Parts: sequence; C-alpha cells; structure tokens
Amino acid sequence: MALLTKKDAKLISDPLADNNPITIQVLGICSALAITAELKASIVMSVAVIFVLGVGNVVISLMRNIIPSKIRIIVQLIVVATLVIVVDQVLKAFAYELSKTLSVFIGLIITNCIIMGRFEAFALGNGPWRSFLDGIGNALGYGVILIIVGFFRELLGSGTLLGYKVLGDPIAKTGLYATGYENNGFMIIPPAALIVVGIIIWVQRSRNKALIEDH
Amino acid sequence: MSDKKLTLKKRLHIIKHHFRGKKMAPAFNAFHTFLFTPDETTHSGSHVRAADDLKRTMNTVIMALVPVLLFSMFNAGYQHYSAVNGFPENFSVIEHFLTWDNFWIGIIKVLPLVAVSYIVGLTVEFIFAVIKGHEVEEGYLVTGMLVPLIVPIDTPLWMLAVAVVFGVVIGKEVFGGTGMNILNPALTIRAFLFFAYPTWMSGDKVWVYEAVERAGGPDAISGETILGYLAQNKAAEMSYSVSDMFWGFIPGSVGETPTFLILLGGLFLIFSKIASWRIMLSAVIGSLVMGLIFNGVVDAGWIGETSKFYGLMSFDFWKHLIVGGLAFGIVYMATDPVTGAQTNRGKWFYGFFIGFISVLIRVFNPAYPEGVFLAILLMNVFAPTIDHYVVRGNVNRRMKRLKNATILPEDSEGKEKELQVETA
Repeated sequence: MALLTKKDAKLISDPLADNNPITIQVLGICSALAITAELKASIVMSVAVIFVLGVGNVVISLMRNIIPSKIRIIVQLIVVATLVIVVDQVLKAFAYELSKTLSVFIGLIITNCIIMGRFEAFALGNGPWRSFLDGIGNALGYGVILIIVGFFRELLGSGTLLGYKVLGDPIAKTGLYATGYENNGFMIIPPAALIVVGIIIWVQRSRNKALIEDH
Repeated sequence: MSDKKLTLKKRLHIIKHHFRGKKMAPAFNAFHTFLFTPDETTHSGSHVRAADDLKRTMNTVIMALVPVLLFSMFNAGYQHYSAVNGFPENFSVIEHFLTWDNFWIGIIKVLPLVAVSYIVGLTVEFIFAVIKGHEVEEGYLVTGMLVPLIVPIDTPLWMLAVAVVFGVVIGKEVFGGTGMNILNPALTIRAFLFFAYPTWMSGDKVWVYEAVERAGGPDAISGETILGYLAQNKAAEMSYSVSDMFWGFIPGSVGETPTFLILLGGLFLIFSKIASWRIMLSAVIGSLVMGLIFNGVVDAGWIGETSKFYGLMSFDFWKHLIVGGLAFGIVYMATDPVTGAQTNRGKWFYGFFIGFISVLIRVFNPAYPEGVFLAILLMNVFAPTIDHYVVRGNVNRRMKRLKNATILPEDSEGKEKELQVETA
C-alpha cells in the first residue's frame, strides 16, 4: 500500500495489538470500567476519543516548537479541554439522551491518561502526519477494547446489543429466555468490566508470550 | 509373578508408567492418588512424609460436612411439606422430620446440586491440569461440597454451573491454582451467584423447594428466612423457636441451618487439628461483641421501634450465631488455611473481624440480609496484610529485647557487635 509507509502503518497497528494502551500499558482503565455496560456508549466514547486524540495530537505537534517546555502541560490541557467541549456540545445537540448517559465521562476524557501520554510521548517530538497516525492508532486500540468489553457486558448483562433484544424478551420469555436463561446482573456492575479486561489481557498474553513481564 | 497375583495397587502402578509423560498423565494420577499413595520415592535429601497429606486433610473436612449434608436433605423436604401442609403440631423428629418423603425431596433437589458442583468444578480443574501439565490439585474436593450447601435450594443447575466455572477459573486458577488463591473459591462462587442472579439468591421465595412456582397462588407461603423477617421488622410474625434455630428446622440456604451439627463438625475439625480454633473462637467473640453493641444501642433508647434497623438491632446478640450462615461460615469457610491468616496472633484479628463485620452487614445493609460471605471475602483480602504486621511486630519486639539486653558475659565486647551486625 502506497498510502502509508511501513513505519507509518506500524504507528496504527502497534497500539491495536502488542502495545495496546489498555491491556499492555494499562492506561485509561477508569473510563473502560465506567461506561462499557452498553455497547452504544462504548462506541460513542471510542469515537469521541479518536476525534480528541487525533486532532489533539496534530495541534500539539504543530505547536511543539513554540510551546515553552515549562508550561507545556497547561497548554496540552487547554487543547484537550477545547476538543472535549466540542465533542460534548455536538453530543448534546445531536444525541441528547446518550450525552446524559455518558454525562461526566465525556468531560473526563480530559483526564484520560492515554491522551496526555500520547501528547507527551509522541506529539511533542514528531511531525503532524505521524502524530495524527499515532493518535488515531492509540485511540483505536483503546476503542477496540472498549467495544469488546461493551459487547460482552451488554450481551450477557442485558441480553441486548445496541438496544436490540438479540436474545429474546426477558419479560415475555421468548427466544433464549424461554429455556430458563437469565441475564447476568453481575455484568452490569463495573467490577465485571475489570474481570472482562483481565480475561482479554490473559488471552492476549497467552497468545504472545513475549508480552509477559518478568518478575 | 503371574498376572493373577497382581493386586489392584500394582496394576495401577503399571498403568501409571504407560501414562508417564503423556498429556493425560495428570488426569490419571488424580484418580490414582485418590486410592493409593504414589509409588514414587524421593530422590535426594530426607523428606518427612506425613500421613495427613492434602487429600486426607480435604477428606476430613468432607467427613465433617456429611452430617450437615444429610440433615439438609431432610430439611429440604421438611420445609417443603411444612409450607404446603402447615407446620406439624407436637413436632417430633422421627415422625415429622426423618421421613422418607422428606429425604426424597432432598435426593431430587440437593443431590443434583452436589453432582453439578463436583462435575463442573473437577472438569475445569482437569482441563487446567492437562493444559498446564501439572498434577490435578485436591483443592476442589472441599469447595465442591461447600458450594451446594451455601446456595438456595431452587438455584437452577445451569446457574450453579456458570458460577462454578467462574469461581474456579477467576477465583483460583488465574492465581496459580490450589494454595495460591486469595479468595475462598466457594465464597467467590456464592458472591458471583448473588450479584449475577439476585432474584434467585435473596428474597422470600427461594429458600423453600418450589416456593417460586407457588407464589401468587392459593398455596403461596412465606418462605422467608429469620433474618429476612427481622430485616423487615416483622419479628412478631415469625413462628420459629430458639430450639428450631439451634437444631436447624428453619428455611435458609441448603446446609446453613443445623447449628448443632455444624458445632459438632467444628469440634471434629478442631480435634483433628485441621481447622484453627483461634479463628472460630475469635469469630464467635467478634459477632457477640457487635451484637452486644447493637443491643446496647437499643437498650439505651437511641433507636426506636419505628427505625428500619430495629428488628435486627434488637435481636438478642447470641441468637445471631444460630440463624443464617454465620455458624457455617465461621466453621467451614473462615478457617480455610489458604485464604485465612497464617500467624496465630493474626488469626485472632482475622476471626474477630469476620464475626464483627458479618453482624454489621446483617444489620445495616437491608439489601444483604446475610453478610457472612462478604465479611469473609473482605477479610480474605486483608489476611496477608494482617500477617505482615504480625510478623513485623514480632521482629521489632525481638530487636528491642536484644537492644535492651545488658547482661552480657565479660569477654563479650566483640560478641555484642557481632550480634548487632547479624540482626541488622
């Protein structure tokens, strides 16, 4: 593919697998636990983070030579805060119900360690195009985990996917519920996300032994 | 030697050599060592071989559980028929309790729970042993017996199976298997069931066989537990006497009711030196202290009859021990040697807080009328910390004693320095 050089493609593919921000670097856990009870919220959150991190990385990268290093954290915070407010307003305008569900967590994207981490570690030292790819890659890596967790938690916890009753109606006892199946209430509460993330980490490390840390 | 003279033991040893190094070896060895001690000898050094290995230890606990299991099978039927026909007048144990009808309900309801618990749990253990290539561990033998005894009788079998898989994998195997787990696996299973399927684990319809089906109909009964009555401030509607509570003729999780048999099991475990009397005693003290505090609050008039905590707070402090799962938890779960505190002094703290917090949760959290399993899980998490401070405290005390030791032999000037260097 001529669109991306091999080195650039790595910027996107690495965070998706062997350098995943959630499962390998263990960043951004807070929002992964809080908003993944529903798949829809996970998807919206992922899109929001992809936007904030992609655009933010470019902005920081463009300004990297004029930011005085003593106040760079403040500058970074202002950039993130601006982008997050844009996301928040767009959600309030076009998806009001959802913005209420996500409520404080959109605002808390500002404190998501992944974003500040990428600004510090990458955007301050690389050009805009590579920073953009890095931002998109890391946000995608974050989003993939969020969507996997959201998928299992919504399917097992509520028996729905994106609000559709894929397993049948639990009250009218149709579909799978006719056999006596019941929703797993444990999946709705945040500790379940921790366990699902843990299982993903387990699966990932047993497939790639190089990821296992020495003690 | 001809084939005919081969004993079962020798035959098994021969088969064992066929399996050696193969993938299924752990699975075979598990069955083999269940019957006989292995024929391997130690290759180097001297090793003390004790007769009470892990399997024997586990079996002792199971022996202590068998009376409880049998009682619970009769009780399942007794509660069912009492709910349908009303409580018998002039209750006699032989006529009304130890009957074939009662036992039959136990066979069709309790035995499947035991079977599912063991089959699913051991399958998971075998799969992990084969994948990881180590011997099958005995840890599940006791867990498998505890699990059916701490769930409501009507728990659907598939739910139990899901919970057992979760409990064994997440509660035990991810930490490295038997002996490495932080949380008691049986209680992990109970906690999973409680949070995953709360409608099947609490309320007044789950403790008696088929109570759910009867709900709303003419046969509808209140199969509420004693703690349930108290949590709703309905102590007056309760028809159970203290002796019912002590002997266990009350509704509740399958095996938690017979306080007397649990007491016997506890004594058996103490005298066979399997379980720690320190944990049991301090847990009893802990729950009595908390109960006394609550009774004192009521006596002082700080809590009126209108308070939602009145029912449980005014419950006589010693009765906390004979209702609900407190006795069962203290005797069979808190004393788990893997997840409990290891130091003697630590065991006192560990046990005390189990009793203390259990009663605290009972009274203050109406959503969890029974808090024993949460209290034990919480203290499981704290056990290593308790041990750490006990050991540190011991080291510090000895250091101090050493520093204060002034009487030294006359030619010990060099010795003193040596000692300081050694202990530094």
